[in-house]
Amino acid sequence: MKKRIGVYVCHCGGNISDVVNVSEVVTAVKDMEGVAIAKNTLFACSDAAQNEIVNDITSLHLDALVIASCSPKLHLHTFRAVAERAGLNSYNYVQVNIREQCSWAHSYEKVSATGKAIQLVKSGIERVIFSRAMEPFSIPAEQSVMVLGAGIGGMRSAISLANVGLQVYLLEREFFIGGRTAQWGDLSAAYENGPEVVSRLFKQIREHANIHLFIGAELISQSGNIGSFEVKVKIKPRRISGDCDESGFNQAISICPVEVPDDFNFGLTSRKAIYQHYPSEYPAIPAIDDANCNFCGACESLCKSIDLNQKEEILNLKVGNIIVNTGFDPYEPTRGEFGYNEIERVLTLPQFKRLVDISGAGKLNFKGKQIHTITYIFCVGSRQGEEGENQYCSRYCCTTALNTAIIVKRKFADITNIHCTRGIRTYGKQELIYEESSRQGDIFLEFSFENMPVVEERNGKVFVRIKDILTANREMEAETDLVVLITGMVPRRNNNIAQMLKIPTGRDHFFNEIHAKLRPVETVIDGVLIAGTCQGPKNIMETLNSSMAAAAKSAASLSSGTIHLEPIVADVNTDQCTGCGICLTVCPFDAIVTAGPEDKPAVSIVISRCKGCGMCLPVCPEDAIELYGFTNEEMEGMIDGLTSY
Amino acid sequence: MESSSAKLKVLVFSTDKISDPAIDLAGLLKKHYPAGVYTISVPCSSAIKPRWIIHALQRGFDGVFIAADGTDCPYGELCVPNTANLVAATQIKMEKLGIAPQRLKMAAICSICAEPFVRYMNSFLHDLDTI
Ligand SMILES: Cc1cc2nc3c(=O)[nH]c(=O)nc-3n(C[C@H](O)[C@H](O)[C@H](O)COP(=O)(O)OP(=O)(O)OC[C@H]3O[C@@H](n4cnc5c(N)ncnc54)[C@H](O)[C@@H]3O)c2cc1C
Repeated sequence: MKKRIGVYVCHCGGNISDVVNVSEVVTAVKDMEGVAIAKNTLFACSDAAQNEIVNDITSLHLDALVIASCSPKLHLHTFRAVAERAGLNSYNYVQVNIREQCSWAHSYEKVSATGKAIQLVKSGIERVIFSRAMEPFSIPAEQSVMVLGAGIGGMRSAISLANVGLQVYLLEREFFIGGRTAQWGDLSAAYENGPEVVSRLFKQIREHANIHLFIGAELISQSGNIGSFEVKVKIKPRRISGDCDESGFNQAISICPVEVPDDFNFGLTSRKAIYQHYPSEYPAIPAIDDANCNFCGACESLCKSIDLNQKEEILNLKVGNIIVNTGFDPYEPTRGEFGYNEIERVLTLPQFKRLVDISGAGKLNFKGKQIHTITYIFCVGSRQGEEGENQYCSRYCCTTALNTAIIVKRKFADITNIHCTRGIRTYGKQELIYEESSRQGDIFLEFSFENMPVVEERNGKVFVRIKDILTANREMEAETDLVVLITGMVPRRNNNIAQMLKIPTGRDHFFNEIHAKLRPVETVIDGVLIAGTCQGPKNIMETLNSSMAAAAKSAASLSSGTIHLEPIVADVNTDQCTGCGICLTVCPFDAIVTAGPEDKPAVSIVISRCKGCGMCLPVCPEDAIELYGFTNEEMEGMIDGLTSY
Repeated sequence: MESSSAKLKVLVFSTDKISDPAIDLAGLLKKHYPAGVYTISVPCSSAIKPRWIIHALQRGFDGVFIAADGTDCPYGELCVPNTANLVAATQIKMEKLGIAPQRLKMAAICSICAEPFVRYMNSFLHDLDTI
């Protein structure tokens, strides 16, 4: 039993103390039996507070520690390390969650929340009294990582991991790599072109012996834990296995009778069921799209590499970590939103980027008409007002819109750009793009959320009407040849990855990291990391930053070859055990074996197999099995703490 | 006026990898539920001993809710039948002790099921109020 316990109650800035009366909590527990010191602290995780706790442990000879702060998912390891630095076993530390499960969940009930926090801290103290010193178990870590998504972020993660010697399985769901970046042509904030950047990364991937790229590949199941995930991958048939004779592919594409809207160009053009988006695309062979192919066989007769009978493949792999880099979708405006899908000269920014990219220099034409005036409406699908809508800023769009306006003016003759904004957010160095667009004579108007611009078609002409804040709410109307809706980012549709890997999503429906600042690429599932735009809007630079962070985090966890796991395993009281064997039938890991002499049969636990699930505990008729960290004393002590007065 | 269910106390057994993140997420998203709901996290919902549940009810909790892993359990599919069995066994014991079996409830709460968790809490507290 612990007799000298240190208790620290954190304000977390105001995250806890704006709701919970922290001093009241300290007063309520400081005289409990076994408590040697109880204090409040502004930020328990700060260096200063950590040092103070270390000093207290050593100078006051504390034998156990309770910190009431945020979720243990965030800081359990931080505070275990504090205990260890002071020479205290880290399992003599208990973290009590009074933020996510108290102050945030009951922010309108300050008195009740304070009462609840007191009971929670008492319960933590009752638990730590019975805590025992333990050492973590070590298991071998697979020296391989699966990266999901070969967009710019996933490619970058894969290269970084491969460079430190790990084997990388890079999975791309589509038949071509590069993700969205391959679609954008000239990029903002760099004199570079999307497909060129993709090609450079692809070259490194192809030349790297440690990277195994699977295209048309999807994760279909996973089991296991950090250090050793068992994953099953389905590879769709591309139906084309190698090269054709010269021009064979072109003939095969032209003979294909099926024509569908080309999603690479967001429906501005069409493509065949056998297709390739652009000549230098990777891999440099076309693919056949099963959803649209009618399997007529016309292409097969022209090229020996086409095989319409190719079957899907299933791969079983073992990996130590999984990095999710599955990207975003552009926001699709609803029908009629600023005239979208009702007025044919209203496009989204992704469509416009494609139009600019595929149009030859000189004149910009759309639907048979030369374009002179382009009106851009900003923040479409971002910074929306209502709960449940996209209330976030999509970050990339102000910069990309202005950069595109600059490119359009350079590439095509007689262009006037009119920007209807809600305040420009070209943060950091991207401000220079704003300056350049202003210098080239672009017109800037600004509207408020309450007064959105109106797009109308009258007598074959398109007009945009706006109440301009910059000129004291003057109502203006401009005739325009094209309206471009600057659409934001939304989470990828048709993606079951979150469910399969159990990744939580946030209020914005993007994947949620443990902590935006402190653990920005980790998820609550150990060994599953997230990076790039699947976790929220980002430009390419930000995508690459987070992808390299995820790779570094993953490499750090695997590189020693060993993963340290919680020493939470079952333990049998052989005096009580009768050897009935019921527990053997419920253990999923065959970690219980019969043991003991014939006259006193009993079972014992194979520690290396026990995963600490505890399924054996409730079935034992003699209550002879306990789980370290969850013993009857600890659990019932906690319950007593929650109900004590 | 505060409703009588606001004074009730419920103990939730959550699971470290699956339902506890959902309960954290409810807080993060400021989805409120009554402050009488307390959580103790365990590795897996099929590890909960009947004696802990009965201890909680005898010590003054009005109800116990098992926020089960369901089919998401990282320890495998045996979790579902094993949790169901322990609930059934506990309810038999509760009845023998004169405790209404409805005071123990179980539902699968996935790691992102913040909203269902809040709904379950509100409806369980409402049900407990009528026992
Ligand atoms: C119109 C527009 C223009 C832009 N212009 C610029 C610019 O000029 N400069 C700039 O810095 N940024 C720009 N951006 C932002 C840029 O596109 C993103 O920052 C970048 O594409 C994010 O890369 P990513 O790897 O996170 O995601 P993505 O590019 O979306 O790639 C994700 C990849 O994952 C794959 N995938 C999805 N699900 C699965 C799965 N389950 N299994 C396997 N693979 C899967 C996808 O097929 C895709 O290949 C622009 C964005 C838009 C919308």
